[in-house]
Amino acid sequence: MEVLFILIGVSLIMAGGFLFLFFRAMKGGQFDDNYTPSVRILFDQKIKTKEKQLPSTKSK
Amino acid sequence: MPKPHKILTDHDTKPCYHCGEFCVDEIIHHQEKGFCCTGCKLVYDVLSENDLCAYYDIAERPGQSQKKASKKENRFDYLLDRDIIRKLVDFQNEEETHITFTIPLIHCASCIWLLENLHHLDTNIISGRVDFIRKKVQVKFKHGQLSLRDLVLLLSKIGYEPRLNLSDVDRKPIAKTDKKLIYKLAVAGFCFGNMMFFSLPEYFSGAELLGENFKWAFNYLNILLSLPVFFYSATDYYRSAWLSLKNRAVNMDVPIAIGIFTLFFYSLYEILIAGQEGYMDTLGGLLFFLLIGKLYQQKTYDTLSFDRDYKAYFPVAVTKLTKDAEEVIPLTKLGVGDIIKVRDQELVPADSILLEGEAYIDYSFVTGEEVPVVKKRGELIYAGGRQKGKAITLTVQKSASQGYLTDLWNNEAFQKEKGTSLESLSNRISGKFTAVVLLIAFAALTYWAFTDFSVGIKAFTAVLIITCPCALAMSTPFTLGNTLRVFGQGKFYLKNAGVIEKLAFIDTVVFDKTGTLTATSDASLEYYHVMDEKGAVSMAYSMPGELDTLTEETKSVIKSMVNQSTHPLSNRINSWLEGVKGANIGDVEEIQGSGLRLIYKSQEIKLGSAEYSGAKFQYIKKGGNQVFLSLEGVLLGYFFIQSGLRKGIETVVDEIGKTREVHFLSGDHDHERDNLRKVFGPRIQMNFSQGPTDKLLYIQKLSRNKANILMVGDGLNDAGALRESQVGIALTDRVTNFSPASDAIMDAAVIHKLPAYLEFAKTSRKIIKASFGLSFTYNLIGIFFAVQGLVSPVFCAILMPLSSLSVVIFTTVSTNYLAYKKGLKDQIF
Repeated sequence: MEVLFILIGVSLIMAGGFLFLFFRAMKGGQFDDNYTPSVRILFDQKIKTKEKQLPSTKSK
Repeated sequence: MPKPHKILTDHDTKPCYHCGEFCVDEIIHHQEKGFCCTGCKLVYDVLSENDLCAYYDIAERPGQSQKKASKKENRFDYLLDRDIIRKLVDFQNEEETHITFTIPLIHCASCIWLLENLHHLDTNIISGRVDFIRKKVQVKFKHGQLSLRDLVLLLSKIGYEPRLNLSDVDRKPIAKTDKKLIYKLAVAGFCFGNMMFFSLPEYFSGAELLGENFKWAFNYLNILLSLPVFFYSATDYYRSAWLSLKNRAVNMDVPIAIGIFTLFFYSLYEILIAGQEGYMDTLGGLLFFLLIGKLYQQKTYDTLSFDRDYKAYFPVAVTKLTKDAEEVIPLTKLGVGDIIKVRDQELVPADSILLEGEAYIDYSFVTGEEVPVVKKRGELIYAGGRQKGKAITLTVQKSASQGYLTDLWNNEAFQKEKGTSLESLSNRISGKFTAVVLLIAFAALTYWAFTDFSVGIKAFTAVLIITCPCALAMSTPFTLGNTLRVFGQGKFYLKNAGVIEKLAFIDTVVFDKTGTLTATSDASLEYYHVMDEKGAVSMAYSMPGELDTLTEETKSVIKSMVNQSTHPLSNRINSWLEGVKGANIGDVEEIQGSGLRLIYKSQEIKLGSAEYSGAKFQYIKKGGNQVFLSLEGVLLGYFFIQSGLRKGIETVVDEIGKTREVHFLSGDHDHERDNLRKVFGPRIQMNFSQGPTDKLLYIQKLSRNKANILMVGDGLNDAGALRESQVGIALTDRVTNFSPASDAIMDAAVIHKLPAYLEFAKTSRKIIKASFGLSFTYNLIGIFFAVQGLVSPVFCAILMPLSSLSVVIFTTVSTNYLAYKKGLKDQIF
């Protein structure tokens, strides 16, 4: 049963790791704006490809 | 100027392709799409040139109407000033500049898309990043190739003009307090969760199964985990309790702090000395729940600002005239005696005397009245007025912060923090609560001391632990937090939860008149026909078609004339003539400050001020705005336009007047006294000719008589009164747009609900009281066992979350249900 001590240590380190990651995300501003990214992800990149094609046709 | 291809149609209801506004007046056809104005078309042109028309695919008709947009190219010239640039930007190196703009117009997915694709419009823009909730966009650009002014011009060209004002320059660091609370909550949650795991075997007596080693290890791990809770998460409570004790008062945090200390030190004693298991998990849970309650109370409205002063409206820079040149200087450097130039749509930044030009000042920021007034040379113009028309030259009389309006902020009312003279319900109870708890604890100690002293200590600490007012402390934040949300859904935004408790005690309500009781959108309009110069002979009528003294032809000509003007009075005549078909007329000449002029069928038609259309003053009905109509210099008649009362305002005043005193304050002269008395009844106290400082002093006078005052106002001239009153509500037609500093912001559309909101503030107090009753019941049960020395860690670990959760559920359900029953909400949840 003494193996439990190791497991407890591991679990504490893991949970502490999550806490640390949460702090870092918080400081990094990940929770500052929780609406815009949900819209941003839905935009397709149609425009960019168009723009890339345009100069290439000109150069030909 | 090339003539735009306008086609006047009768009531074409096709919405504008850009902004979606119905093109009632005119439609500009362009590339098979209809636009309501040239501004909207221009934006479309810019976007289509740059292949950005996907803007119109993401959301339907995403733009904003460009009708009122200013087209002056030079109005951002001050952004070339190095001092100003340095203050506005977030970051700058040799190549790049990062700047964050506030753009109130951001409202849909298309806005986000366009502002994040700015680099397609100009290659010198590196990127744009939108924060939708805060209506901000951060733009990174190469300042070597693109100046800040050009960037702002580009943004305004596509319809997203940033809001730049003085408060952006004197930026104060943004408080990070709510972030700290989240850190503390996270730490408490982490420690609480782990301590629960380590304490679980104790609850089921499983530690014996695992052996002594584990029990010992678990207890010490609990101590380790409780340290961050005790020394970090709980620090706010110590500070608050200490401050309160220093002021010889007992607030809610005093019993909480006592509970935390007892829990921690008694557990330390139990584990380290007595070899018992302690109450560390209870300590963790207590802080976790308390901090959740605290967080729940902190509902913030990111787009709203409750503490704006005049700086939020004043321009960043002004154009100063020196001997032979124009110079753009920051407003802070403006001195008395300077000669300044104010262009169309610019704000007069300081009290000044008009030297040159035709001043036509719109004081809507200050008073709420949007019809501009004419000022003559040599007259004083107060700061905060907006010039409409050609540029004017002024000489500054007072510095920007010392003017008629801005002097208000030097009043001591603004120096001190807003009074918290009204003690909150929980704080008043907690004093008695703490006394009773301590009494019981000592009684238990003395009782047991005669038989068994160790049991006495146990009973003493158990009483302090079990009565630790977790449930009590959560009643208030959750009730108020829920009420705050209910109000917010109803477009009534409070600065913080404390305002609700203050609202419940209001016994005097003071209304500002202009812009609050009256609204320009509900204006009444009458037309008086003048036969000859001897006087008005015909009846007034307010609906076209009832008593027609204007011929159809005249009406359609007037309609077409006012169509081409953006003046507020023109707009009102225009909407009054709704349904009239516009005539096909030529170009209308608009003389700012005077009126409109048209040559129609070789006759001169003038519509405008008395002087302009050649009317004599003595026949005119006083008290409103008049627009005169003359033909070939002969007066035909005049329109009499009065700001009407807001719809339903009589019932609001009536309802409030039943149980509370009502006062009116108005900056106008008292010509409307009789009129108002007729509508609102004789009981209301009305005060006229009140300047910004008079209003403040009036509130001060009332509050000296121990009145709890609610002030409802809208303009900057009410700012002092809003500040001085117990609760100041700023009424605004568009919530994100404009409001002076206040405790609450209310959408003008919901003013009819004001009595209901006041009532509900009282209801929420009752809910708090009821949930206090609930948590006292838990405490009684707890104390019953505690005085007998029967409390164990397991007992605590069950009772504590149970009482907290039941209080949370009770307050949430009852607040939402009662709000639903009173019609403040559409659904219960």
